[in-house]
Amino acid sequence: MNANDQPTIPITDLRHRQPRFQGIESGHRACLGCGEALAARLVTEAAGPDVMIANATGCLEIFTTPWPESAWRLPWMHSLFENTGAIAAGMEAALKAQGKSTKVLAFGGDGGTFDIGFQSLSGMLERGHNVLYVCYDNEAYMNTGIQRSSSTPHAAITTTSPAGRERMGKRHLKKDILTIIASHHIPYAASASVAYPCDIRQKVRRAMEIEGPTFLLIHSPCPLGWGHDGALSIEVARLAVKTGLFPLIELERGELIGAMPLRDPRPVTEYLRLQQRFAHLFKDDPRARQELEHLQALAERNIEYYGLKGTQDDPRDSEGADTVRRGGQRWA
Amino acid sequence: MRKALEGSQAIAQAVALCRPQVIAAYPITPQTHIVENIAKLVADGKLHCEYVSVESEFSAASVVLGAALAGSRTYTASASQGILLMAEVLFNIAGSRVPIVMTCANRAVSAPLSIWNDQQDSMAVRDAGWIQLYCADNQEAVDTTIQAYRIAERTELPVMVCVDGFSLTHTLEPIDIPPQQQVDAFLPPYQFARTLDPRKPISMGTLVSPDHYPEARHSHHQALLNAADEIVAADADWAAISGRSSGGLLQVEGDPDAEIAILTLGSVHGTLADARELHPELGPVKLIRLRSFRPFPTAALLQACAGLTDLVVLERALSPGGGGIVGVEVKAALLGLPNPPRVHNFAVGLGGRDVPLDIYPRLLQTVRSQPPGPFALFDVDLGRLPAEDR
Repeated sequence: MNANDQPTIPITDLRHRQPRFQGIESGHRACLGCGEALAARLVTEAAGPDVMIANATGCLEIFTTPWPESAWRLPWMHSLFENTGAIAAGMEAALKAQGKSTKVLAFGGDGGTFDIGFQSLSGMLERGHNVLYVCYDNEAYMNTGIQRSSSTPHAAITTTSPAGRERMGKRHLKKDILTIIASHHIPYAASASVAYPCDIRQKVRRAMEIEGPTFLLIHSPCPLGWGHDGALSIEVARLAVKTGLFPLIELERGELIGAMPLRDPRPVTEYLRLQQRFAHLFKDDPRARQELEHLQALAERNIEYYGLKGTQDDPRDSEGADTVRRGGQRWA
Repeated sequence: MRKALEGSQAIAQAVALCRPQVIAAYPITPQTHIVENIAKLVADGKLHCEYVSVESEFSAASVVLGAALAGSRTYTASASQGILLMAEVLFNIAGSRVPIVMTCANRAVSAPLSIWNDQQDSMAVRDAGWIQLYCADNQEAVDTTIQAYRIAERTELPVMVCVDGFSLTHTLEPIDIPPQQQVDAFLPPYQFARTLDPRKPISMGTLVSPDHYPEARHSHHQALLNAADEIVAADADWAAISGRSSGGLLQVEGDPDAEIAILTLGSVHGTLADARELHPELGPVKLIRLRSFRPFPTAALLQACAGLTDLVVLERALSPGGGGIVGVEVKAALLGLPNPPRVHNFAVGLGGRDVPLDIYPRLLQTVRSQPPGPFALFDVDLGRLPAEDR
């Protein structure tokens, strides 16, 4: 639909169409097109006001709370980079001791979750604390300036995994964190993507209803770190799913219980071509062709392993970009 | 009523009397008996709290931080490597101005690996911004633990109660465990002013720019200096209830007119006090015991040192390449006296080496026969070292 064709709606009416509760206010300092800011907004909206947040060091912490400002309308604490699981566990233990039902959320990036904070997260899951841990996965240490993490995809360029005569970007595979998390036999673990807001909401609500540790991995594009236009964040995130590179799955007690089907899987090049971090794979170089084949094989392995090929799109696939433009809700 | 109790057992009972709601700890020698005793109190239904058996000291400190922010009274304990592993969180707790009480069962730091007592661990985190109180005996460990909660909650500063590993934690002594009513009267239920609450959401631990950072650091420093009054008051008020003082900021024993004094921290004091009684022929000597190392009690120290010709600073840690840690601070403070005493600075008993009674006559002989030399390990056997290391 052309922008000019859209019906004119009074501002007051628009306000009514906004979700009733907003956990993060506008005016924070995230980059244009930041996937993490959008994902955190969607998660906190769905979780509602009766929560307490432990936030790892990272972009989300930095851009929301330059003292004396704060974008949070929720009780929020940032302690350190690697202890978010333990801070959340402590909050939960205290609330339990006080007989309160407030749900504890823990937020971390892939650095704080896959790498430096993994031990305290594993401890929190193993002890069964009633915490929803959300990892905003933008696939590198973006806060310190785009260094590789164990979540960075194979062959992607970061400042510590550059391409050169001897290297084609990151040499190692993206860590399969969800399987590791699910191996703690927690009640619920899932992956989601900012391109699918309805899916995020549904998964957050599901996790909120569970008494026990739950985990949500949200693929969140970083225009600066991935090297794409901020306006394309949703499109890029959607293609990560549609190529099979980032499958959206749900696991209960370690068992796969659902996956968003792909009616028409796209070749990985459609996803990779939009991002500067994969630009070296499109040069006339036999190694580049080999890496592209490798990435395509990884996507196909996901499609087969998780049984992603479906005849219909998932009903929760709400054509994300449009939904986001509409303030997170479909028109009545 | 006095009972023969192991130090760790007594500390565990004192913690329980303070009614903590969340306890998180990771076992490490020589702290283990404390957390094991607490776990048993919880298992027996004698202490109602959330006991979180974490996967590391880093998480132990983090769990109590999260719990304190969510509004609960908390406790943790550690030692040595555990203190160093949680060092980053210790700074974070203090800078967040959150009241937390922990026991440090003082132990040497590896390498070389040693499970025995010295005070290198707590000294290594002296700049973390915690109040540090050093206990001379197990009765004091009990009383100081109880006082620590009141000090922490009134100052919004964390308190580390330092107890010498093994020499206190694993030693049986007759100890008075106060009745619950006494502790309840001293330590009413507490509500942390900045408790995280969905009804009044606040943000904690935000990014602070150079425009504001020095002010935050200054107020933390000032809060520690101001805490000196709370330490004295807590000791006096607890003495009024229990009949026992733990010495306030520092304790002075012996002849007030003595010209020689020996300054210590922790349980070495007991050895020297016994030796002093055994050796009246060695003349008048004053014993100064620093109970509070942070805040550093400069005014009280100057008062205790007025009129001295010689002060021996005996410590159980060192800053390699620098020298004594306590010694340097004492010397700096003494510049405030018109005629400061000569300072003889020694480390003793590192890595659990026994500090025998005869250290007292040997120290006095050294002080009386030699001018102060540079910092030295008093009980080191240089003959066992290669020539270049002597």
